[in-house]
Amino acid sequence: MQTELVFSGFGGQGVLFGGMVLAYAGMDNGKNVTWIPSYGPEMRGGTAHVTVVISDEEIGSPLTRRPQVAVVFNIPSMTKYEDTVTPGGLLIYNSSLINHSPKRADIRYLAVPANDIAGKLGNARMANMVVLGALIAATGLLPLEAVCQALRNHLPAAKQKFVQSNIVALQRGADLVKNLQAA
Amino acid sequence: MAKELLKGNVAIAEAAVRAGLQAYFGYPITPQTELLEHMSARMPELGRTFLQAESEVAAINMVYGAASTGVRVMTSSSGPGISLMQEGLSYIAGSEVPAVIVDIMRGGPGLGNIQPAQSDYNQITKSAGHGDFRPIVLAPGTVQEAIDHTVLAFDLADKYRTLVFVAGDGMIGQIMEPAELPPMRQPAQTRPAWALTGADNRPKNVVSSLYLGAEKLEALNKRLQAKLQQIKENEVRFEAINTADADIVIVAFGTAGRIAKTAVTEARRQGLRVGLFRPVTLFPFPSSQLEKLAARTKAMLVVEMNAGQMVDDVKLAVNGKTPVQFYGRTGGAVALPDEILDQIILLDKRYPAKKATPNGQGVVISVA
Amino acid sequence: MVDVMMEKAPEKVMWAEKMVYERPAALSDIPTHYCPGCTHGLIHKLIGEVIDELGIRQRTISVSPVGCAVFMYDYFDVDGAEAAHGRAPAMATGIKRVQPDNIVFTYQGDGDMASIGMAEIIWAATRGENITVFFVNNAIYGMTGGQMAPTSLPGQVTGSSPNGRDVEMTGMPIRMAELLAGLPGASYVVRRSVHNIQTIKQAKKAIRTAFQVQMAGAGFALVELLSSCPTNWKMTAADSLTWIKENMVPYYPLGDYKVADVVKTLNNRGK
Repeated sequence: MQTELVFSGFGGQGVLFGGMVLAYAGMDNGKNVTWIPSYGPEMRGGTAHVTVVISDEEIGSPLTRRPQVAVVFNIPSMTKYEDTVTPGGLLIYNSSLINHSPKRADIRYLAVPANDIAGKLGNARMANMVVLGALIAATGLLPLEAVCQALRNHLPAAKQKFVQSNIVALQRGADLVKNLQAA
Repeated sequence: MAKELLKGNVAIAEAAVRAGLQAYFGYPITPQTELLEHMSARMPELGRTFLQAESEVAAINMVYGAASTGVRVMTSSSGPGISLMQEGLSYIAGSEVPAVIVDIMRGGPGLGNIQPAQSDYNQITKSAGHGDFRPIVLAPGTVQEAIDHTVLAFDLADKYRTLVFVAGDGMIGQIMEPAELPPMRQPAQTRPAWALTGADNRPKNVVSSLYLGAEKLEALNKRLQAKLQQIKENEVRFEAINTADADIVIVAFGTAGRIAKTAVTEARRQGLRVGLFRPVTLFPFPSSQLEKLAARTKAMLVVEMNAGQMVDDVKLAVNGKTPVQFYGRTGGAVALPDEILDQIILLDKRYPAKKATPNGQGVVISVA
Repeated sequence: MVDVMMEKAPEKVMWAEKMVYERPAALSDIPTHYCPGCTHGLIHKLIGEVIDELGIRQRTISVSPVGCAVFMYDYFDVDGAEAAHGRAPAMATGIKRVQPDNIVFTYQGDGDMASIGMAEIIWAATRGENITVFFVNNAIYGMTGGQMAPTSLPGQVTGSSPNGRDVEMTGMPIRMAELLAGLPGASYVVRRSVHNIQTIKQAKKAIRTAFQVQMAGAGFALVELLSSCPTNWKMTAADSLTWIKENMVPYYPLGDYKVADVVKTLNNRGK
């Protein structure tokens, strides 16, 4: 099985990092993974995006025109990626910043008020982890614990102090989805 | 050693360090800058030489100097910088000192952009500087291969006393994927007999590309050509996937090659007999292997991230035995699997099965 | 003949052989290609003598330029590299950085250094590379047959300034010693000449100091040497020496342009 995901948002929203944590978790769970960012002038101010591929097979193309999952953190990213998601795919959007009426009937939408949730946890910068937790719960791509473990395994020593709060953020995102599913 | 999630540029740098690199000289340019940055921290930490030069011109001449002392030395750059290095590359080739150059290609010509491209193919395989010489050129398609090629590059450079390029593109430089680094090798403690170390109780050594008499310079050229012949005989590397029964063979290197793999998988799923031939050494080019394949394919599709450069070598290799079509994207655009698949389907319809093609008279068609 | 001499060899020799002059060991025993009257050979000899006197021949590495001294590596019996035009300081940097125990010197002409190689020399000096540089200024492109150099004097007639150097069009000649002395990284920058015995002696002293600076790890040292080119100046050897004195020295004053404190300490230690 192979899953292609795009994460997109403003630089500074932790978009690249969110994708990277997912890639680490995939790698630690024996998957093939690729992570390829946009780079250069775009990194400053414009949209930052990263394509992550997680696969049981060797990965050929690390880029895709039609991702199965798009995770968008701001309006420009919504505009750019809504049409690209492959039919039957999933679009997760940060509903704290994007007030959007879904325009496609052939994909699933998941609205995550990521900044609000992260803000309540005390740090809006953890919005990316809230979204990642929701993504994991909605797709079942990997166990949530795998992502938590990836943070423990790969955050540099100086950042290890943030592991626990990030795990809480992941959990909140996942809970949101579970509650939606239960409802 | 366990796999780590590594960025291509960093992986190449660390692989070089572990291959016993003694000195790195470079100049920042996107999309290879992480390579230089990694060196700037790592080399001094190990008591080795890192220097950010004032220009690529200076960097390559520093490489030339360090290479003259017989140590493992390298630089890295991208197209605009490689252009500036051509003078030094030619001197290094003429002096027969080993050096490794990493080119993380970007869109050109001119300042172009910083997106991935393969448009330095002709420059580095055929015309890396004035005079008759050709570097060995390795083209990795994955981060793991980039690591392996970097180590191999130093071994080949030493073995043949030649220039070796590791030719990646912006995508190889920027991508992260799991890969395993080699164990650490210390820089060699001894120097080759020809190296400049001081004429201490031995006749002096000279490193020079100057041979004023035609006879002497021709002798050098003959030696260089003999060396290239040896390299052609011994160092050809390629990957062939699903080519045994293929009607259509895609020929693509580096990033374009790995992307084409996905197209091949999809084509097979649709029942088309498609294979992939991926040259790993761009020089020496796997010509005879391609020629053999040509005899039993109905067409070849060359896919590149340029306007058609390697395609000339493919045409020379197959020598009319099968039609060769080209599909390329330029300016930093990357051909995605669906585009390549469209080309495969077109090609499949255009050409009848091989047995209907007059032997050895395949039509050579190139479509930009 | 030899036998006869042997036979005759008297026991009562009235004189003792005394070597008064010999080729420095640092110079190879082969003729140079330099034109009659050219001072390149003389400067080679001074450098060779200093290398001998300092006992550094076996660890010296020369970096030749592109220009008349392109074959310098043939003339010195030391390890040698031949650099691309103007790039000798970069090449020397590469050598010295990985071989810090070697003594590395470049020898560059005015076109090589002050024109095509300006960036490389400026940056070698700026970094305070621990190398020794000899800058041979003869105000003309010698090897290519006498074209205008960056150091050609105003009005100087050359192959590419047939009506004399027009400074309105080409700018004024560059004073390298002054320019490089202004860089904080340079430790020792002086200008000498070789047009008479007195200046030759002063030049040799400076060459010696420039090597000593490197031996002490004290940074970048450069000696600019005003040199003659009778062939391309189209004058006799004797006249060309006079021409240095009367035309070059006034524009390129001899002197010490930068002697860093660390170098002064060295000099005092030597005395």
